[in-house]
Amino acid sequence: MAKLTMVEAISLALRQEMEKDPRVLILGEDVGKNGGVFRATQGLFDLFGETRVVDTPLSESAIVGVAIGMAVYGLRPIAEIQFEGFIYASMEQLANHAGRIRTRSRGRYYCPLVVRLPYGGGIRAPEHHSDSNEAYFVHTPGIKVVVPSTPYEAKGLLIAAIRDPDPVIFMEPKKVYRSLREEVPEQEYLIPLGQSRIVMEGTDITLITWGAMLQPTLQAATLLEKKGIKAEIIDLRTLSPLDTQTVIESVEKTHKAVVVHEAPASCGVGAEVIARINEKALVHLEAPVARVTGFDTVMPLPKLEKYYLPNAERVTEAVDRILNF
Amino acid sequence: MPKKTVQSFSVEWLQILDENGNCDEALRPPLSNDEIKKLYEWMLLARIFDEKAFKLQREGRLGTYASILGQEAAQVGSALALRPDDWMFPAFREPGASIVRGLPMCMVLQYWAGDERGSLIPEELNDFPITIPVGTQIPIAVGAAWAAKLKGDKIAVMAYMGDGATSKGDFHEGLNFAGVFAVPVVFVCQNNQWAISVPLKRQTAAKTLAQKAIAYGFSGIQVDGNDPFAVYKATHEALDQARDGQGPTLIECVTYRLGDHTTADDASRYRSRDEVEQWRKKDPIERLKKYMEKEGLWNKSYDQGVCSEAKEKVEQAVHEQENFPPPDPRDIFRFTFHELTAELKEQSENFFNANGKRNIRD
Repeated sequence: MAKLTMVEAISLALRQEMEKDPRVLILGEDVGKNGGVFRATQGLFDLFGETRVVDTPLSESAIVGVAIGMAVYGLRPIAEIQFEGFIYASMEQLANHAGRIRTRSRGRYYCPLVVRLPYGGGIRAPEHHSDSNEAYFVHTPGIKVVVPSTPYEAKGLLIAAIRDPDPVIFMEPKKVYRSLREEVPEQEYLIPLGQSRIVMEGTDITLITWGAMLQPTLQAATLLEKKGIKAEIIDLRTLSPLDTQTVIESVEKTHKAVVVHEAPASCGVGAEVIARINEKALVHLEAPVARVTGFDTVMPLPKLEKYYLPNAERVTEAVDRILNF
Repeated sequence: MPKKTVQSFSVEWLQILDENGNCDEALRPPLSNDEIKKLYEWMLLARIFDEKAFKLQREGRLGTYASILGQEAAQVGSALALRPDDWMFPAFREPGASIVRGLPMCMVLQYWAGDERGSLIPEELNDFPITIPVGTQIPIAVGAAWAAKLKGDKIAVMAYMGDGATSKGDFHEGLNFAGVFAVPVVFVCQNNQWAISVPLKRQTAAKTLAQKAIAYGFSGIQVDGNDPFAVYKATHEALDQARDGQGPTLIECVTYRLGDHTTADDASRYRSRDEVEQWRKKDPIERLKKYMEKEGLWNKSYDQGVCSEAKEKVEQAVHEQENFPPPDPRDIFRFTFHELTAELKEQSENFFNANGKRNIRD
């Protein structure tokens, strides 16, 4: 089995879905001849031509708006927004149309759209290229939000997202794009949306995370293990809809939890996870659930980003605090 | 090296039927007498519907409503040019166009009465629900048109908007895409001079809205939007071109919003009565009536017949709307995704019992 990076796994998923379903097409800036700024669409232009891998004007609102129109008409568009910092212009289309059209038309129209969105810090990118803005979309009804954490995950989740009849924001952690390789089967497989996975079983504390933060969380678990602490790690995979059940079952077992995410703390998805734990498993908790997150600040430029981004050390510190509560 | 002109342009104005009912027969679209009568009857129905909707709001029987008074020609003339399998994207002031397309009037009322089922467009109709956020329907219409082109469907898409929409980013982005990819879409801009209280001169310093098309690489035409013949002719030709693969057109229908922005607005706060009176003289229905009378197509008894039939249809629509069974409150949840997520199911079941009634907790 080939060991692929996440970018290669995404590219493979795109190619296979386009081969399988003629309704699938890609549109975005530089996705054609250039193969995308991260090369996720590399080679697809030559394989499928300019009507299925479409270089668009530099126009984020219309990339998403036009894709909504295509989806409503019966195609399966995949829109690429180059960096998460540029999606704000598309927000009106996402919130006012993509997420609402099924409800507003009482099911007559729906929007099987995927917006691929590279997100997050850690690659020393310029300003506006390193945010982690998933909470905006999670707070938007009618939109699903998926964040893969590894190459294998990315392929299976992307195929499920493309086939999903609802709009999906597919947030790709830039930090993981090329930083690790993993065996990714050539044959088709789907990872259902809305189901989290237990990455590592443990009994002492539950660490809940997603996307790029899985790696520092895994490193933290290794450090904790040396101290005899067995952490259970949950990769949420899908932030909307959120798989509450897996989190609750784990917390009932470990009685302690830490949520790790890259985005600012306030009203981040971690806050929602904690609220659900409080609603459903408060009596099982032995300590308040902790958060290890970015700060409620603007994401700093590369010289300071290492201070902003959670790392294994910050996770283990939080775990220590909870264990000594 | 001398300076030289690399591009110059002009914008055409089309009027066929003037406000006194004088018609340029050479330009008149080839409509039969029956079709001319239909044009008149639809405009009259749109006006009677509109008057009724306004009254219903004042009586507390309808929510906020956006009147089309004065814009009947722009709506009926353009919508009649569409074919049944074409797609239509309204903004929020197009009930005249929607009823011509075949949307039951009771559904228009149902929407403005606050019931989403008014946006459940009948299967046989390729129309999008009303779009309230100004101009945001434009990229979506372009996407639908592009999809039709990619699938080889020989249809056209019509997208309505007002003058205010031309100031929005989505107008620019949508029209730019339409030009670049030469998609089969016709943009009908009802320039009714006012975006709530802001006049056209605050939307643009350009002489016409039609000329904006030129910057996107396709043609724009300004028509007398109160002239049903001109609107019909311009939209009909543009739709034919679109279906024929010749790309988009922007049609600026110069008209006037005789009423308030909506029932929640009072236009006397920001515009003069005199201005409104000047536009009343350009009434689209009156001018067609004058023309038809000259042509022997209109007399009082015909008019009375048309009016009473229209009133009857409108009353019937009101009756139907007011007698719809109330919506199931669980519909709040039902259409968020193709199936209820665990969280939505829980929220719904915590709130409503199996009969859709509110749960009473102790």
